[in-house]
Amino acid sequence: MTEMKRVLGPDDVRRATTRMAHEILERNGGLDGLVLLGVQQGGVWLAQRLGDEIARIERPVPVGSIDASMFRDDIGLRPVVPVGRSEIPVSLDAATVVLVDDVLYTGRTVRAALDAVAEYGRPRAVQLAVLVDRGHRELPIRPDFVGKNLPTSATEEVTASADGVDIAGGDGGWEATA
Amino acid sequence: MKHLRSIAEIGPDAVVRLLDLTDHMAEINRRNNPRVPALRGKTICNLFFEDSTRTRLSFETAAKRLSADVMTFTVGTSSVNKGESLRDTIETVAAMGVDAFVIRHPASGVPWQVSRWTTASIINGGDGWHAHPTQALLDAYTVRQALGRTGGLDGVRIAVVGDIKHSRVARSDVEVFQALGADVTLVAPATLLPPVAPAPATDRLDDVIDKIDVLYLLRMQRERMHEALVPSLREYSTRFALTPERARRLPDHALVMHPGPMNRGVEMMVDPAELPGAVIAQQVTNGVAVRMAVLFDLLAGAGSAPDLTAEERP
Repeated sequence: MTEMKRVLGPDDVRRATTRMAHEILERNGGLDGLVLLGVQQGGVWLAQRLGDEIARIERPVPVGSIDASMFRDDIGLRPVVPVGRSEIPVSLDAATVVLVDDVLYTGRTVRAALDAVAEYGRPRAVQLAVLVDRGHRELPIRPDFVGKNLPTSATEEVTASADGVDIAGGDGGWEATA
Repeated sequence: MKHLRSIAEIGPDAVVRLLDLTDHMAEINRRNNPRVPALRGKTICNLFFEDSTRTRLSFETAAKRLSADVMTFTVGTSSVNKGESLRDTIETVAAMGVDAFVIRHPASGVPWQVSRWTTASIINGGDGWHAHPTQALLDAYTVRQALGRTGGLDGVRIAVVGDIKHSRVARSDVEVFQALGADVTLVAPATLLPPVAPAPATDRLDDVIDKIDVLYLLRMQRERMHEALVPSLREYSTRFALTPERARRLPDHALVMHPGPMNRGVEMMVDPAELPGAVIAQQVTNGVAVRMAVLFDLLAGAGSAPDLTAEERP
């Protein structure tokens, strides 16, 4: 059993998501054409949470999910097991899509999610919201909205949920690609 | 799980995993552009030593929607007509670089034989009287979807009617339905039952028709007439076909299924278009999604690395 270190508690997560919801509204000057898409599987709860916050601040926005597993670039290198389906609530043509994920790491999942989004239409813009940015990017991808920047080593594993964010450390085993 | 040769061989956990993955593939099939790059660079070879329309086209479509390369080999136009042996055929095609073979063959057991000659994955597209696992999976998926189930089919009452003895569909379907916890009854004349029936059997469709959730009609193979296993097709229809009278006795929620091709006027004496419970078209639609799930699972998914435990999977 590896040691778990708590980085954010439930209150920290709540405050971070509230702030991110305000930032999303501020950046987009309102809600017109805004769609939140949680990246399966870790981003789905966060997209829902951000959607709830935005509804509380102004009014409800469409919230859906996107599954990127069939677009991954590591298919064949390791087994890929799709866990959730894409649920796209509205047409993405000319929409402003906010992709939402729990942890941003190498950026490969986000790249796959961008390809998956393109299958459903041509958004006016795609933005990226993540609860934790842990660094170690392997692609030119940068988040627009960040809950917490968290420097990590590549051997650590980060887990994020509404209950908090934890780091488990460094046994050099399987590397998360979230 | 490197191969899909029979349902018995993969077990109930893999069945549920494949049906869950099928949900995923069905969503892809509902898109405007139902294609994903998941199996780019993989080559799939269809080897059909027996006639088939839906199975062959369904596998071809499935492979293309996953962006795999497909070769289709039909025996009529091949060197098999020049006397090439099955083994030489397989080794020749495998030498071109094939990741999976889909094989249909009139002899039972051929998929097992072939898997000793190649390192590629083998998918059984129907072998003799023995097995047709992708048909079984698409039937199980169709029942699960039409009855709104998730997971298994616990307690679902299914009657499989017709030539059980010579039907690979019946054999594989009974295996998959039982693996998922369904309650299967076989309905057939004694001459069309195997010596050891895999489920309780009766020769009276009228006794069970009002107590089932699914009526699964098998195709009555006309060639059986020559073997005198039933007195006449008319006699068979009188006792085992879905007639308008029997259709009225079916429970309202009951599904009517058929693997195709259908013999209208033999096992099916009503127009299925007029049966509210008929899901025969959905079976064909689901066939593509199920075969996408099988190809993906064997070549890139959980089946491609059987040693990973659930915790290790991403």
